[in-house]
Amino acid sequence: MIPFEYSMGLSAVLFGLGVVGVLVRRNVIVLLMCVELMLNAVNLAFVTVADHLNSVEGLLYVFFVMTVAAAEAAVGLAIVVCLYRARRAVHADEISLLKG
Amino acid sequence: MLQNYVPILILFLLAAGFGLGMVLMSAMLGPRRPDSEKLSTYECGMTVDPGARRPFDVKYYLVAMVFLVFDVEVVFLYPWAVKFKALGLFGFVEMLVFLFILLVGYAYIWRKGVLEWE
Amino acid sequence: MTFSMADMRLLTPHLVITAAALLVLLAEAVSPGRRKGYLPYLGIAGIVVAAFTTPGLFGPARSGFSGMLAGDAFAAFVYFILYAVGALTLLVSDAYLRDEGRDHAEYYALVLLALVGMMLMAGATHLMSVFLALETMSIAIYALAGFFRDERSAEASFKYFILGAFSSGFLLYGIALLYGACGTTEIQGILDAFASNRALAGSPMALAGVGLVTVGFAFKVAAVPFHMWTPDAYQGAPTSVTAFMATGVKAAAFAAVLRVFFVAFQTLHVDWSGVLWVLALLTMTLGNLTAIAQTDVKRMLAYSSIAHAGYILVGVVAGTPEAGAGILYYLLAYAFMNIGAFACLIMVGRKGHENTELDAFAGLGFKFPALGLAMSLFMFSMAGIPPTAGFIGKFLIFKAAVHQGYYWLTIFGVLNSAASVYYYLRVIVTMYFKPEPDTPVVEGLRAGPSMALATILAGLGVLYFGIVPGGLVDLAEQALRYLV
Repeated sequence: MIPFEYSMGLSAVLFGLGVVGVLVRRNVIVLLMCVELMLNAVNLAFVTVADHLNSVEGLLYVFFVMTVAAAEAAVGLAIVVCLYRARRAVHADEISLLKG
Repeated sequence: MLQNYVPILILFLLAAGFGLGMVLMSAMLGPRRPDSEKLSTYECGMTVDPGARRPFDVKYYLVAMVFLVFDVEVVFLYPWAVKFKALGLFGFVEMLVFLFILLVGYAYIWRKGVLEWE
Repeated sequence: MTFSMADMRLLTPHLVITAAALLVLLAEAVSPGRRKGYLPYLGIAGIVVAAFTTPGLFGPARSGFSGMLAGDAFAAFVYFILYAVGALTLLVSDAYLRDEGRDHAEYYALVLLALVGMMLMAGATHLMSVFLALETMSIAIYALAGFFRDERSAEASFKYFILGAFSSGFLLYGIALLYGACGTTEIQGILDAFASNRALAGSPMALAGVGLVTVGFAFKVAAVPFHMWTPDAYQGAPTSVTAFMATGVKAAAFAAVLRVFFVAFQTLHVDWSGVLWVLALLTMTLGNLTAIAQTDVKRMLAYSSIAHAGYILVGVVAGTPEAGAGILYYLLAYAFMNIGAFACLIMVGRKGHENTELDAFAGLGFKFPALGLAMSLFMFSMAGIPPTAGFIGKFLIFKAAVHQGYYWLTIFGVLNSAASVYYYLRVIVTMYFKPEPDTPVVEGLRAGPSMALATILAGLGVLYFGIVPGGLVDLAEQALRYLV
């Protein structure tokens, strides 16, 4: 068995990587990937806790997080395609029409 | 603890050995008559023209997104199928409602012409 | 695990509105491209039917679907706020979308589905259903924000999307940690876990969970410093969607905040009230200060919505049923005045030109007296000047904060409210006391019968609940009595 703390630590590190990625990276596709990384880190945490507590609730979360992540990715990609058509830009720095 | 992973280690070794063995065997046993066409990166199929690094048609993304959503919804069908008897009639009706809602979405994108390539 | 008919009873309003959304989609799928002027009214009919099935829920707490969804007075009260938001949004959207040439069935279906998500959020008694409801609402709204497909709309949608997905990541991680600490994520179960185990409140995992859930919700209600792209999203989105986001999302998010913080985290009030105290102060002050500097009315309203979230947070900090009732009242008042103000903004625009710069309003008060009157009423209400609903809302929240001894926060709130009068009245002053430029910016109003009806209804709501608030306040207090 892998100790509880190891898996939770790994999920915390993955989540942190995702957060830093969203804050630092500027390519919108990479932003999307970082958000997905955050969600996967959460999934790992849920599975770890569910295993630790021997309860099924956390596993249910994983199902829902997966489907929600897919729906979110689909809408996100649609928005990026729309944005690219309108602006020809995939860098968050160039997306700055609205400021003030 | 770690000895639980011994089978996985063995699987890794077997897989790596099999892959390496095949490559080595073909390198040792196979006849070798190189020509320029065979040494090019893509040995089979037609010559790639005008280069692979062009953007995909946006239609491709549309279909991919639709596929992604419908594909992942199937994740709910598996647990339902496993527990089909225990969930009984209510579970069956519930799943029909779920599939009906997906079907409405499907009918909508179909009639809106999302699935037409041209 | 079985479901009874009593469970289905709790879900009836949601089912009715979902059915309306599916009908809208099917109607379009069966006869694409035909006349579809009736689609928003089909949606409104669905909302009205749902409203008739709701009063039965008004009563003591009932929980269904294995503790996932509540049917209590609190949920029913918020449902009615959301019905008002949904119906007014659909009314406002009709003429607007037709004028912009974007009147597609999916818009109305998405509004209705987002509404279902908001309602589930208000009724959710389990963090899993809170999360699913939040995503149902958010994903629909990401698509709505980008509905005009031009540069600004796409940018607004993208920014709202990244912010929203980022915040749900925080919320989810918080939920996972709470699950690890409490062993359950049912709201009542979390309360029981914290109440029965004193040591739990000091465990790092539980505290990190509470913190991350707080951050997630702070993003959702656009509290400073988690408001970064909210003004951009509000400004770039189609105006009807901005109204929907600013009122509906806020009402649903605060309903969930009330349930989570007042019930699940009840015993931790000492811990989170300090953090929210700072957030409330920052949100009010920064929202107002930046709103003063704006020259575009739509963007000014975006910042003002941040400031209003700050006032509501003052009520959350107070943490009593009295404050909760004030928040419910405020959310309804805010829905009326904000949708009304955005309806006025839609009216001064024309296809492709929003005309929301402050200068465009010069002289409009005399040129279009009805518009001037309506806009003035909504601005007065936002500024919190009696006899409008905005005044009563602020009064109730600040009163509850004073009762809990939050004198400084209340003083800052009142000062902020006074400062906000400046930029709200500036719109009125521009409308009545500045001459219209020689080449008029606004030549005609984009007003149809539905738009006029929506504005009149919103105006009547602001006035009625401002003059006779008693009955509504009683209802809100009842709703809270069953919650806490």
